[in-house]
Amino acid sequence: MKLPPGVSASDFAAALEKFAAVVGKEWVFSSQDDVDLYRDSYSPLWHEEDERVPSAAVAPDGVEQIQAIVKIANTYKIPLWTISTGKNLAYGGSSPALSGSVILDLKRMNRILEVNDKNHYALVEPGVSYFDLYHYIQDHKLNVWIDPPDPGWGSPMGNSLERGGGRTPMRDHFASVCGMEIVLANGEVIRTGMGALPESKTWQQYKYGFGPYVDGMFSQSNFGIVTKIGIWLMPSPEAYRDGVVSVPKHDDLIPFVDTLSFLIDSSVVRGTMLLDSPLLSYRASQGGSVLDMPGGPTVAETEKLGQEKGLPYWSMELHFWGPPNVIDAQWEYAKEKFSAIPGATFKDGRYYHFPMEVKDTDAVPWVALGIPSLSVFGLIAGGNGHMDFSPIIPMQAEAVFEVLSAFGKAYADLGIEPKNQFFSLPWCFFPHSFVLLFGFPIAHDVEKNRESRRAFQRLVEVAAEHGWGEYRTHVAFMDAVSNVYSFNNHALRRLHERVKDAIDPNGILSPGKSGIWPKRLRQQRA
Amino acid sequence: MNARVVIIIGAVLLSFGAQRCNGQEVSRSSAWTRTTISGQGQPKGYVQFENYCSMCHGPGPGQPGTMALQAKYKGAEPALLADRTDLNGAVIKAYVRNGISIMPIFRKTEISDANLDLIAEYLTRNNKK
Repeated sequence: MKLPPGVSASDFAAALEKFAAVVGKEWVFSSQDDVDLYRDSYSPLWHEEDERVPSAAVAPDGVEQIQAIVKIANTYKIPLWTISTGKNLAYGGSSPALSGSVILDLKRMNRILEVNDKNHYALVEPGVSYFDLYHYIQDHKLNVWIDPPDPGWGSPMGNSLERGGGRTPMRDHFASVCGMEIVLANGEVIRTGMGALPESKTWQQYKYGFGPYVDGMFSQSNFGIVTKIGIWLMPSPEAYRDGVVSVPKHDDLIPFVDTLSFLIDSSVVRGTMLLDSPLLSYRASQGGSVLDMPGGPTVAETEKLGQEKGLPYWSMELHFWGPPNVIDAQWEYAKEKFSAIPGATFKDGRYYHFPMEVKDTDAVPWVALGIPSLSVFGLIAGGNGHMDFSPIIPMQAEAVFEVLSAFGKAYADLGIEPKNQFFSLPWCFFPHSFVLLFGFPIAHDVEKNRESRRAFQRLVEVAAEHGWGEYRTHVAFMDAVSNVYSFNNHALRRLHERVKDAIDPNGILSPGKSGIWPKRLRQQRA
Repeated sequence: MNARVVIIIGAVLLSFGAQRCNGQEVSRSSAWTRTTISGQGQPKGYVQFENYCSMCHGPGPGQPGTMALQAKYKGAEPALLADRTDLNGAVIKAYVRNGISIMPIFRKTEISDANLDLIAEYLTRNNKK
């Protein structure tokens, strides 16, 4: 077992005993078998010395218990790594950034405190999963939709605090947060926004309260332990439809993305969309790559292939939610705008009126219909999981072209076949920008993982050289990503760490999260 | 369709701890619990399997666990775990606690030992004695 750095075995044992007095012996996990359950199943460091493993875990069932745990952790300088459902797979699962941390497992706090289908919000605890919230809403016949991320077993709290994305118009999860309750490192409980008003009737209805808006400080951070979170929901729509827009040529992407951006920012097109290239996918299926590899086919050659095979260079499935007459008009308007691109074609897709009937053979886009699912794992066959490299790039065609050549060159320089990696063209999980998703296969194989880590590290650097940065990363790469967010000699990180030292002087809360290290442990930075 | 019984589960009721589901206790502290699944007329462990496993190992489309077992056995064994007659309880528990392929490890705060025992009992109920 790895003890927390600088903590003696006797102090560690004393702390665990005190934790047990707070939560009950059965909720402190310290046997090797039990602690191993907190390993990251998708760790890129599996079986290696540097794998991020905890020393123990403690699972409280309430705010008062967390306050007591925090006091004990301060006394013995025990680092606590907080998880909600612990399903942050591809980004570290339930494992800490600092080995030897004690996992503060909040899964037992799974109360759905309120779901309001008149003003469309929920107030939940950390251990509530998207499946839980979905079933609660169904059982109570409430007229709201949730917005799950692709895998639905995680928590609305965890995913929102990690600034994850879904598929519906509520896709930007942190943007949907309204009001939090937080236990600070000194044990004090705060409520943000309107929650600071003791008799507040609008905690989940107005985000900002009075004075500085601090909620962002508690996302992807180690400044506090969030124990309740308000999430805005979407009224159940009457209908859903989708349709595909395709354009034939490489340079058509320029007006295509301009039109898309206009339609998104005009709220005509909503939700998450994925740029597709039937032509580049075909090229990849024939032994080539979606990326532009050095010495690979030119644009003219690829366009010629597209003409021969009747494949468009670019396409995108657009999604619409709402009253049928509204979404029909939105689709018609989108078609009108894209029709300005010569050769643009359109294909009507699925159309559901709710409540919908589904046949087993239907390819239902569950997540886009607000229904949590694990079907995404069916796409990731083989190996023992994956980790994601996910930089934000501009919502511009020129940026997409630059991505294809920059990462093609990076893979060639690394000597790695990109076809072994999962790579998607840009998604719009967030307004005003694109995000790329690269899935690195993880195996319980040291050599393969070393290769993935080497590529990952290089892609972080290549992205930064082009002005692109990750929106979120695996615990093993938090320092690497934090290192490239370095404007003005890391002024932002230095601010984060000044705040950290001021409000958590013993550095007990999630050391290393997002590259933020408390003074006591700052030498741990990679 | 599985018969479902709606149980009102407001925050107040949840705070009273374990709740009964047709005689099968669903532990309050093992979360991710669909409290609306009825165990009525169902074998022991059915509720727990539905709560913790069926979103990946259930019937219908988009079930990665079922798809993976279909790919592995190609029909030689049922792809649905609930239809198998050859499973070993200890092996089921080892998979849940160690993970297998892309199925991750499940912690005791997710699936308690008691609920895992019930799941194993359910999945071995049709084994030849």
